[in-house]
Amino acid sequence: MIHFVVLISRQGKVRLTKWYSPYSQKERTKVIRELSGMILARGPKLCNFVEWKGYKVVYRRYASLYFCMCIDADDNELEILEIIHHFVEILDRYFGSVCELDLIFNFHKAYYILDEILIAGELQEPSKKTVARLIAAQDALVETAKEQASSISNMIAQATK
Amino acid sequence: MAGGSSSSSSSFSTAPAPSLVDSLFQRSLDDLIKALRSQPAGAEPSLLSRAVAEIRREIRSPDPDTKAVALQKLTYLSSLHGLDASWAAFHALELLPSPSPLHKRLAYVAASLSFHPSTTDVLPLSTHQLRKDLSPSSPPPFSSLALHLLSLSASPDLALHLAPDLLPLLSPRSSPSSPLRPKAAAAALRTLSVCPDVAPLLFKPLVDCLSSPDLRVVSAAVGAFAELASSGDPTPYLPLAPEFYRVLAESGSNWILIKLLKIFTRLAPLEPRLAARLVDPLCDLLRRSSAQSLVFECVRTVFSGLPDHDRAVRLAVDKVREFLASADDPNLRYLGLRALSMLGPRHSWAVEESREAVIRSLADPDPNIRREALHLIMVMVFDSNVVEISVLLVNYAMKSDPIFANELLDAVLTTCRRNVYELIVDFDWYVSLLGEMARNPHCTRGEEIERQIVDIGLRVRDARPELVRVARGLLIDPALLGNPFLCRILSAAAWVSGEYVEFSRNPLELVEALLQPRTSLLPPLVRAVYIQAVFKVLAFCFSTYIDQLEISQLSSLGNSTTGGASSIVESNTAAAASCIADGIAGMESTDGIATVGPLSENDEVEVHGRARNLLGLIHMLREILTWKTEEQGFIKDNRIGEIVNLLQSMFSEELGPVSVNAQNRVPVPEGLVLEENLADLAWTLTEDDTAPSMSISFSLRSHQHGKTKDAAASSVRSASLLAEHRKRHGLYYLPTEKDETESNDYPRANDPLLPASQGDVPEDLVKLTKQSLIPRKVKHTKPRPVVIKLDEGDGVSTFPSTTVKESKDDLLSGAIHDALLGEGKPSSSQKRYSDKSSRGRVKDIADTGESVSQSKENLESGNREHRSSGSKSKHRGHGKERHRSPQKNEEKEEKNHRNSARSSHHHERHKHRPRGEALLNVAPRAPVIQHFLL
Repeated sequence: MIHFVVLISRQGKVRLTKWYSPYSQKERTKVIRELSGMILARGPKLCNFVEWKGYKVVYRRYASLYFCMCIDADDNELEILEIIHHFVEILDRYFGSVCELDLIFNFHKAYYILDEILIAGELQEPSKKTVARLIAAQDALVETAKEQASSISNMIAQATK
Repeated sequence: MAGGSSSSSSSFSTAPAPSLVDSLFQRSLDDLIKALRSQPAGAEPSLLSRAVAEIRREIRSPDPDTKAVALQKLTYLSSLHGLDASWAAFHALELLPSPSPLHKRLAYVAASLSFHPSTTDVLPLSTHQLRKDLSPSSPPPFSSLALHLLSLSASPDLALHLAPDLLPLLSPRSSPSSPLRPKAAAAALRTLSVCPDVAPLLFKPLVDCLSSPDLRVVSAAVGAFAELASSGDPTPYLPLAPEFYRVLAESGSNWILIKLLKIFTRLAPLEPRLAARLVDPLCDLLRRSSAQSLVFECVRTVFSGLPDHDRAVRLAVDKVREFLASADDPNLRYLGLRALSMLGPRHSWAVEESREAVIRSLADPDPNIRREALHLIMVMVFDSNVVEISVLLVNYAMKSDPIFANELLDAVLTTCRRNVYELIVDFDWYVSLLGEMARNPHCTRGEEIERQIVDIGLRVRDARPELVRVARGLLIDPALLGNPFLCRILSAAAWVSGEYVEFSRNPLELVEALLQPRTSLLPPLVRAVYIQAVFKVLAFCFSTYIDQLEISQLSSLGNSTTGGASSIVESNTAAAASCIADGIAGMESTDGIATVGPLSENDEVEVHGRARNLLGLIHMLREILTWKTEEQGFIKDNRIGEIVNLLQSMFSEELGPVSVNAQNRVPVPEGLVLEENLADLAWTLTEDDTAPSMSISFSLRSHQHGKTKDAAASSVRSASLLAEHRKRHGLYYLPTEKDETESNDYPRANDPLLPASQGDVPEDLVKLTKQSLIPRKVKHTKPRPVVIKLDEGDGVSTFPSTTVKESKDDLLSGAIHDALLGEGKPSSSQKRYSDKSSRGRVKDIADTGESVSQSKENLESGNREHRSSGSKSKHRGHGKERHRSPQKNEEKEEKNHRNSARSSHHHERHKHRPRGEALLNVAPRAPVIQHFLL
């Protein structure tokens, strides 16, 4: 199973973290520090796997972002690489050629998307179309709710004038 | 209501209540992110603390919008900037029931990122809301959020309370293509693993998921079982094997197949019949699949699950060779090596086939691949090839980068040390290898080499002459003295040459080496060992000299036979003795006294004391020499006889290794109360006393690295000494024409003698060995010398390889076992589960109630019958295989029987099939695997 997902920029800035196993905040910070030290130091054309405390961390670099997932020793590394790619493709489709800034300013959306792909550290949705459809449906739901709220507040605002 | 004036008061309890102003002028998340990004690097902490103070105020607002934005900001800060958000758990809970999907979503994300199953104390408060959102009447997106939260932060209590609420979501009655069912399956997995008690409730619906027409549901269920089977004891899942097998045959999705193979990897070793059935589909996948991830999973399954099936292993090994040969994909090379190391020593031929690729990988640009290759090679070490492999690695360590060089040395050292050097036959070779390692320019493993040199000296009597020879080589080389990593090795070398000086060809040369000027570079404690060694060597020379004189006197009296005995040792000592006669006075007055003299005023007590001892001995010897010139008959002098006896007795007793358990064997003297409270004595204990003891203790002191303090003081004197010393040992120095001011400019310690061609390292490497990695019988020309082992405790400490299973896993698999086998439930529940699932049918529970339970007496006959029916059906199903190897099948049957005998408690609870087809097959079957598998 996937224990956590971390996105780190080349400068070592954290862009997204998701923990599927319980880690305290202190442990999280420590893990990220250790991993970014290990992974950012590795040059190109090396393999995408790092052993770390009996676990394996599979990482892949897309532009300036490193997508890292930590798995058990007997999990399939290549499968995780495919999951990472799957995630990136869905992000790409959602944001329209995704870049680091998209993730920075749409921090929550990245989580919503990740939540549709992975649950409890397992892949749940291998179809890109379905994920896109589910996210769009959720967005629509939220949008209508927002519109309602704003129209009511508009009405109130106008009424109190 | 103090308003938002004081942003500095950030403590939770004292934060003023938020006002309307806060809500109106609240910073949004975007504002916060922009502020953080535009901030200069150093100002981030202050900005963060201000933001948190702000959030603490805003989050208490009664307005849900304000609260939600505050929570959103906090989520951002905690997940990306590592700030603590646990204090806001209650506020996240407050927002969970919000009817607005926006707020709900924010609240759930915040909760799932910050809740911790064991430390979040408000977690039980979420039970009600989760239950509400999980209920079928709430909109699916809400349920989905609740499932996520449950899967991430389920505590045992929460799991126990909410497990029943998962049932409707798991059942196929919820809309057929609901996206919630796979999520529910994943959440059920988490619930099961934190709270095994819910297994009876959730296990059956989870099994039903396997036969769902929706691939996502199957995938989630298979994933859940893969996780369950690999995290604990896989035995309880064995009855589901037919079901997994059916999915394997029907499913075309690689995601599902990978997970299935993971399950089979765990199950196949438990059930040989299952393994036999898996060979065909696995070979098929190996041959046809284009997805490397799936191929790799197949390889892994074959290697760790079916190592007995040669056909599959052969095919998998071929795939691994393809992996290793892929020049452009380091991932495949890495995984290829990993896969090979899964194969045990039994299949060493596989490694042998790819030997070249493996050895080439030692020079891979990727350190992870190099490490993996090294690991693989070390697994292949046996006593027959340890020499070739060690030489290969030590040679290669000369050429590789410092970090990896030390990993190589480490690997050789630990492998050879294993179980008190059980792999080593030729200790002379190993000792000289240790010497070679010490000369590696990157070597930082001085402590381990020191330990082994001394250890071998103590344990292996036959290795001592070679040890002394190697030690001499190390001591005499002045270039080694400057390397701080080597001083430990030099200290061991000095100790060895002092302790076993009788094997030395030229003790005087040793004395010179031990007293050479550059020893001032050594840390004081190592110098102390050096001086002590000089003392021992001199004492030895003195006594042999006296012996020699005695002998010559005796022979001059006419007893020529004694003197004529010419063993090597004796001629050596004779040479040494004559050397003393010639040069002892000169040597000691120049080199010896001059070097040791200043040391007697050294501020390091160890050095000081030993230097004094040595000087005392030298003065005494001088006197004796003058006696010698004056009078020939001094042998009869009692004083000299006494001195000789004294010196001999001082060092003649051999030091041996001390057992770890030696203390236990000492009987407790009478009147000694061991339980007496020693707290009053605490002040007498220093840190040294409480330091943990090594497994083997020597008479050596522990040495520390340190700077020599007298180096500067004696530099003037040593310059002239140096010149003289160089003249004598020109071999080791730069030409003397060089400027005298650069007199300290020795060749850099361990200057690497790099080969001219650095470029084609891999080719070199492959050329380095033509030997094979697989073990073969080698005739040893000489027998292995005796290695002193003390007792069980000796050396075993290097193997801390006990696997401790988590009790929770056992609990879970036990619970699942019970859920499957129906212990303490209506007797047929197990049958019900597996039968139903195997046929993909949903049956009413009550239907099986009348099943007849089988009595224990029937067990024996049932077993026998099962065997015959099992083999019969094998004839039908697997005729081809049987023709190929009938004997093997026999063996298999044997194994099956043993297997079922082992798990006889399964049988006891085993029942007749309740339904129609059971009548066709009345013989009670082996319970573990359904019949059609046979």
